[in-house]
Amino acid sequence: MLTDRRFGAIAGLPAQPRAPHRASGAIAMTAEEIRQVVLDILADIVPDEDISNLKDDVPFREQLELDSMDFLDIVMELRKRYRIQIPEKDYPALGSMKSTVEYLEPLMRNINNK
Amino acid sequence: MHAKLSDQLRIVITGVGLTAPNGNSLPEFRAALLEGRSGVAPFETRYFGPTLAGVCNFDELKYQRRKDLRRGTRAGSIGIYCAREAVADAGLNWEKIDKSTVGIYVGVTEHGNVETENEIYLLKGYDYDTQYWSHHHNPRTVANNPAGEISLNMGVTGPHYTVGAACAAGNAGIIQGVQMLRLGECDLALCGGVSESIHTFGIFASFHSQGALARHEDPTKASRPFDLARTGIVVAEGGCMFVLERLSDAQARGAKIYGEIVGYAMNSDAVDFVLPDPARQAECIRLALRRAGISAEEVDIVSTHATGTITGDIQEAAALRQVFNGQGRTLFNNTKSFIGHAMGAAGALELAGNLPSFEDRLCHPTINLDQIDPECDIPGLVANKPQPMDRVEVILNNSFGMLGINSVVIVKRVEQ
Repeated sequence: MLTDRRFGAIAGLPAQPRAPHRASGAIAMTAEEIRQVVLDILADIVPDEDISNLKDDVPFREQLELDSMDFLDIVMELRKRYRIQIPEKDYPALGSMKSTVEYLEPLMRNINNK
Repeated sequence: MHAKLSDQLRIVITGVGLTAPNGNSLPEFRAALLEGRSGVAPFETRYFGPTLAGVCNFDELKYQRRKDLRRGTRAGSIGIYCAREAVADAGLNWEKIDKSTVGIYVGVTEHGNVETENEIYLLKGYDYDTQYWSHHHNPRTVANNPAGEISLNMGVTGPHYTVGAACAAGNAGIIQGVQMLRLGECDLALCGGVSESIHTFGIFASFHSQGALARHEDPTKASRPFDLARTGIVVAEGGCMFVLERLSDAQARGAKIYGEIVGYAMNSDAVDFVLPDPARQAECIRLALRRAGISAEEVDIVSTHATGTITGDIQEAAALRQVFNGQGRTLFNNTKSFIGHAMGAAGALELAGNLPSFEDRLCHPTINLDQIDPECDIPGLVANKPQPMDRVEVILNNSFGMLGINSVVIVKRVEQ
């Protein structure tokens, strides 16, 4: 039985809608865990690129092919996966891994990272 | 009309790129049509459950990155694959071509349903809170998306747009290409049709509610136009893009020429949302013949549109009998019996599958034609195995759609 490929990995869509993470039973995420969260999101957004050697203090755009729609994907995925709301005025904080982790740390202190 | 045209206004096909449920190139597709190989398979889509469909398996990563696939649509990917393959087949030195002189005209039955259904499905997981609605939704669902993705992928800066023409769209895309070349709007037309429709549950559910969705325990026997046991449409995805050029340009570069588009016509029934009108279909065929300066007797092969619905097949057979009645030499076939109904791609794929008959002088059959419906009886309908022909000079391709849209394209062999 063939299944609709638009359900799955080819389209980059989850097989089922993701339920928003709940804050109950939350634990603080470390900077390293937050970095991994961002790496996981980037792996979905730029699946053709090697992100294993990403330099934290160099802007993403100097290392990866990212356009404005891709940055909106980072914002959307943080919203979907962790219910984090990032106002538009704060988007410049997502310029590099270092600045992103620093920006997210206070926001992800009480996030369930499971 | 045709006899008076200068070589600058005579338009020829010099490249074909396609993906069908039974082949990812014209040679593969043609072989399947001559071998009687179906491309219909079991398929499951959300909400609707198990059904049947014509599913393509072309290599999406041949011309796109994984990021492109994530960003774009299935219709866009199909269009890119077909357009790139057509350009390669045409032997064009793509890097040297002035991209501002290329036009992209893609026929679509519908566009946007797939992505809208996906977004609503995902949004359900967020209690329909629209702040989780994707920013990719608009660029994926604008009506020009499949043509626009081709322009982005290939760097084409000439015009690009889709032609929305229900299931007449494949022919309509080709006709648009011919017209734009004649108007001087482009020097190279990439045109045809695409369909991603199997990825929307709505098309299956709607045909089912209409009593027009095919069913059969053997998927390969489900699509059976003109057969007494037909039960409806098998929905398919696919695409076919042609490279069209002026005859003078094609000859100047020594291009291989598949055939010349010597006539076309489009008209409207203006009577019903879904039921076709054989009188208007016959009128459309006669108009295309008149424009081509060709009589019905001179047509060697008619590629029929019939989809396997009870009424639609009877209506087209009636139209064909009106035009070709009793002359006895024209042969008729049907490609949907192999691959199902590829919607916006259907007309283009069905024409492409017949083009090799100019060379091999075989009329591919209509498969699954075990007991012809007496109301669909067309003298010359080729059943179940290819029929050799003494000569093939003219192919006429029918493509009709909902809301009473009719299209006909006539292609003639070119001596080289």
